Amino acid sequence: MSFLELQNINKTFNGVKANSQINLKIEKGEIHALLGENGAGKSTLMKMIFGLYKPDAGGKIIFKGSELKNHSPSKASKLGIGMVHQHFMLINPLTVLENIILGIEPKKWFFFIDIESARNKIKKIIDTYHFNIDIDSRIDQISVGMGQRVEIIKTLYRDAELIILDEPTAVLTPLEIEDFYKIVLNLKREGKTILIITHKLHEIKKLADRCSIIRKGEYITTVDVAKTSEEELATLMVGRNVSLKLKLPPKDFGDYFFSIEKASALNNKNLLALNELNLKMKRGEIYGIAGVDGNGQNELVEGLIGLRHFFNGKILLNGKDITHFSPLEKYAEKISLIPSDRKKWGLVLDYNIEENLFLRNIDDAPFSHKGIIYFEALRTKAVELIKRFDIRPNDSKAEVKGLSGGNQQKVIIAREVMNEPELLIMFQPTRGLDVGAIEYVYSELLNLRAQNKSILLISYDLDEVIKLSDRIGVIFEGKIIKEFKRAEIDQDLLIKEKIGLSMAGSMN
Amino acid sequence: MKSLSIFISLFLGFVVGAVVLYASNINFLEAYKVMFMGAFSKPQYLSYIILRATPLILTGLSVLFAFRTGLFNIGAEGQFVIGAITSVIIGYKLTLPFYLHIPTVIIFSMLAAGIWGGIAGFIKAKYGVHEVISTIMLNWIALYFSNYLVMSDFLHRPDTETTEFIQPSASLSLFENFKNSESGMLFLEQHDFIRDFLRPPVNAGIFFALISAFVVYFILNKTTFGFKLKATGFNFFAAMHAGINTNLKMFQSLFISGSLSGLGGALHVMGVSKNVAVLAQFEGYGFDGIAVSLIGSNSPLGAVLSGFFLSGLKYSGQKIQSVLEAPSEVISIMIGAIILFIGIQKLLDEKLEKFFSSKKMDQ
Amino acid sequence: MLANDLIFIFSTTLMYATPLIFVALGGVVCEKSGVINIGLEGLMTFGAFMASLIAIKTQNPFLGLLGGGLFAMALSFFHGLFSLKFKANQVVSGMAINFLGGGLSIFLCRLFFEGTSMTPPLDLELKIPTFLGQYLTVYLAIFSTIFLTLFFYKTHWGLRLISGGENPKALESSGVNQLKYKFFGVLMSGFLSGLGGASLSIAIVSNFRPTLISGQGFIALSAVIFGKWTPHGAFIACLFFGLTQSLVVYLGGMENPILSSQILSMIPYIFTLFVLIFFMGKTSAPSALSEIE
Repeated sequence: MSFLELQNINKTFNGVKANSQINLKIEKGEIHALLGENGAGKSTLMKMIFGLYKPDAGGKIIFKGSELKNHSPSKASKLGIGMVHQHFMLINPLTVLENIILGIEPKKWFFFIDIESARNKIKKIIDTYHFNIDIDSRIDQISVGMGQRVEIIKTLYRDAELIILDEPTAVLTPLEIEDFYKIVLNLKREGKTILIITHKLHEIKKLADRCSIIRKGEYITTVDVAKTSEEELATLMVGRNVSLKLKLPPKDFGDYFFSIEKASALNNKNLLALNELNLKMKRGEIYGIAGVDGNGQNELVEGLIGLRHFFNGKILLNGKDITHFSPLEKYAEKISLIPSDRKKWGLVLDYNIEENLFLRNIDDAPFSHKGIIYFEALRTKAVELIKRFDIRPNDSKAEVKGLSGGNQQKVIIAREVMNEPELLIMFQPTRGLDVGAIEYVYSELLNLRAQNKSILLISYDLDEVIKLSDRIGVIFEGKIIKEFKRAEIDQDLLIKEKIGLSMAGSMN
Repeated sequence: MKSLSIFISLFLGFVVGAVVLYASNINFLEAYKVMFMGAFSKPQYLSYIILRATPLILTGLSVLFAFRTGLFNIGAEGQFVIGAITSVIIGYKLTLPFYLHIPTVIIFSMLAAGIWGGIAGFIKAKYGVHEVISTIMLNWIALYFSNYLVMSDFLHRPDTETTEFIQPSASLSLFENFKNSESGMLFLEQHDFIRDFLRPPVNAGIFFALISAFVVYFILNKTTFGFKLKATGFNFFAAMHAGINTNLKMFQSLFISGSLSGLGGALHVMGVSKNVAVLAQFEGYGFDGIAVSLIGSNSPLGAVLSGFFLSGLKYSGQKIQSVLEAPSEVISIMIGAIILFIGIQKLLDEKLEKFFSSKKMDQ
Repeated sequence: MLANDLIFIFSTTLMYATPLIFVALGGVVCEKSGVINIGLEGLMTFGAFMASLIAIKTQNPFLGLLGGGLFAMALSFFHGLFSLKFKANQVVSGMAINFLGGGLSIFLCRLFFEGTSMTPPLDLELKIPTFLGQYLTVYLAIFSTIFLTLFFYKTHWGLRLISGGENPKALESSGVNQLKYKFFGVLMSGFLSGLGGASLSIAIVSNFRPTLISGQGFIALSAVIFGKWTPHGAFIACLFFGLTQSLVVYLGGMENPILSSQILSMIPYIFTLFVLIFFMGKTSAPSALSEIE
């Protein structure tokens, strides 16, 4: 009997199938890795094991021989399942100890927390697993690596036997990662069963006994890690279906007109996100940046658009140093951006189509004069753009809130293209769009390329990047570590595997 | 749907009032009848309602202006006070012909109150201090500062707790001379309606209030400035992303918001009180402005209408006390209930949407 | 001479601070649980009136004190209901409470006391008794501060309440119903604000009148922020506000006041602004304030 068994697990969100007929068996005492690209459905699966989501009808989760019914996180905890989320569930002003015991605090004289007994139990855990942690320090004073250890201790304090780790090393520094590996091996030694979600191949090789691969919501296979190479794992992760329905017409490119030289920036947690990144673009090309989420893409885009500070390095456009230009100044230099989160950064949902179309250039003629808006001019241009980009409904006064994702994206594209940009940055341009809208965005991209506009395409969907790019740069830990040219991409049958390897950090 | 849910909130407010009255053994129908008569049965009453709507409309505009930029201006009270005291300073100390004096008073009052609001805007933009708490602090500072100035030798009227009166050239009262002149009194003898209507201290303030409402409407809906303000209020991030200087917009918004409340204070002095007294506590115009803005669903036209509505409610509500000897404070309870229901407007809107769309499906 | 003056200042400080302390403690509990409450003024007013009413009707000041707290708590229930269950904007809901509290107080006053807006004064024996020159409410305020400090930092309820205000998702994921704690926070702010109002109307003065509560609720709110959302911090901030108020009285009684009482009254607010600007940032407020999930 397996320790944990998943039978016929399906999960659908709003008509989109996140998990499809997954069957999985986890054995007691093993370290089992779950490998897959972004959006493959790994997190969703884990959340169902932990009780945060319910599987669709017909799916069963069997833990230690009994089926999990009416599952919830607190039930999962009681049964011995613990989860360390990718985004920590910690309370900043409280100490490590307080965070660990939150929810199951031991009591003394009915009113007070029995700090002593908590301290003793935690100390035992720390000694057994050789954690190096001061349990009286506040969460907002400890490092991210420490924070993760706290999350792990939380599961051990609740006597977890199965511990799920969701992308645990995504936020750790290399040194912290080494410590983390030691901890995981210790956990195994003490008889714990570990489920680790990761996209890092060397990590799987280092830690896991077996590895199951999920691709686009489906279970592919389970392999014995010792007998499988990184290349084989990469192949399984990305699959062999590189669809080349789109063919990039050959073209002569101009000179290098845009360059990023040794750009460095910090992320919101004051950790290094961009590490002397170098990138050069030719006029008229589509340069695609491939990489797994969290390797600096957000920070790069924010920096390029003027919302994040580069503490080192230079951005040059046609020889001009625009490194520290404001968003408005960058717009004037003809840099446009299609942001990844259109609802947060791209659109004012309560405004209508017209108002969103002219959000950036409302001050320019003919849309206004000395501060007074000329609504006729807005409407005329809006009608033209709506027609050109086929935005539906074709009512310029329609509230953007009510538009479909695809049409919302069209509004943003129309707005940015109106600027006749020299450099158009597209960040996750097809996120959340249906097939039709995706095809539309791709055709628009090719149009722009044909008009000799330059496009920097950043996407977590490798297929997309491969389809559209003249050149591909793989970003890993804040640097472009390898570039692939179009000719190479077209000719090499194994190109996806090669790129996949680079995305996972392999330097070959 | 939005106006429907506002009306439902108003209706529910009256229901709550009725329940409270009923539970207190007071005939609520009588009470509401007294209110209705107390508002509409005499021209004099209507005149008072219009007159008292002026400050409410302005503080309502003030709050709504800030609100459209995503900010809560609880400081309308203090900005009102600053406008009032400034109007006394300029109105009393300067001597100018009325066509210069009135604009000067207004401009300086609005400027001073605008600065007062702008302080909150500045420290929010620069230091991240939330405007709710900073404007509350500034309210009190304004109150005591005004009291200090009232009692200072500079402005103080001996043997009173008030300032000197403003010069007649700064007054906005209408028909004062007419009302007191021979020919005037003769005319009014024969025209009951007009005599009654002119009984209260009618003044030109209401026109300034209406003009302000129009200006606010114009700024918010017809200018690029208003466009950017609203964008900042709706989605701070998208606005920032689109190159709008969102911090500057917050400052500008609170500046203008402050100046509107300040205008309210100035008009009150220039039209009605002609001076400022030492205040033991706030007169409530600012807080009522929040009610006006909410009931007017944050639109300039709504602010005008709900300014009149609130003025009417408060004025006619007083009659309950005098006529029925029942507590007029039921009005405050009703206003509170209305605001509470407006607070869940989103929920009401949703329920209404569901209700009406299911009706459509039945058809 | 000087010793007498100091004793006077000290005891009037305590006296003025006490109502503020109760309300501020209520504000701390509420906001720490993650709910904004700017309706403290209305709650305080209602508590003040109900305390008067009950003390007169039952001829027992302690019942009055308790009643003030309980009735204000009942009023705060609506803030909780509309903010937490119906997801209303918490600032709007708080403003509504201010109107409701104020209105209800005078309304009921007129009903019970023949149309006047003031309650009849309590005889000395019917007020809250004093001990060592201070009303018992003063000692209760000090006790409440200590109690709340222990509550927050030594009990599991306090731990969970604070967690819910910082990161409701994290609290929820540890299996705790975080909304329950928020509701508790709101009700506590009602109860304590009521006690604060009562400590004015049946202790310091001897009746309730419309001008009794004129801004103290908002002062208490700023004490919460000034005190960085901690019970002891709020306590000290209220002492500070009480001190300035007592100085106003003291200096007002002097022949030639050094500083105008108006200027003096301004000081706490200017000071609070400076503290907000230069020492606060957003780091002290509960991180998930006004988020309900």
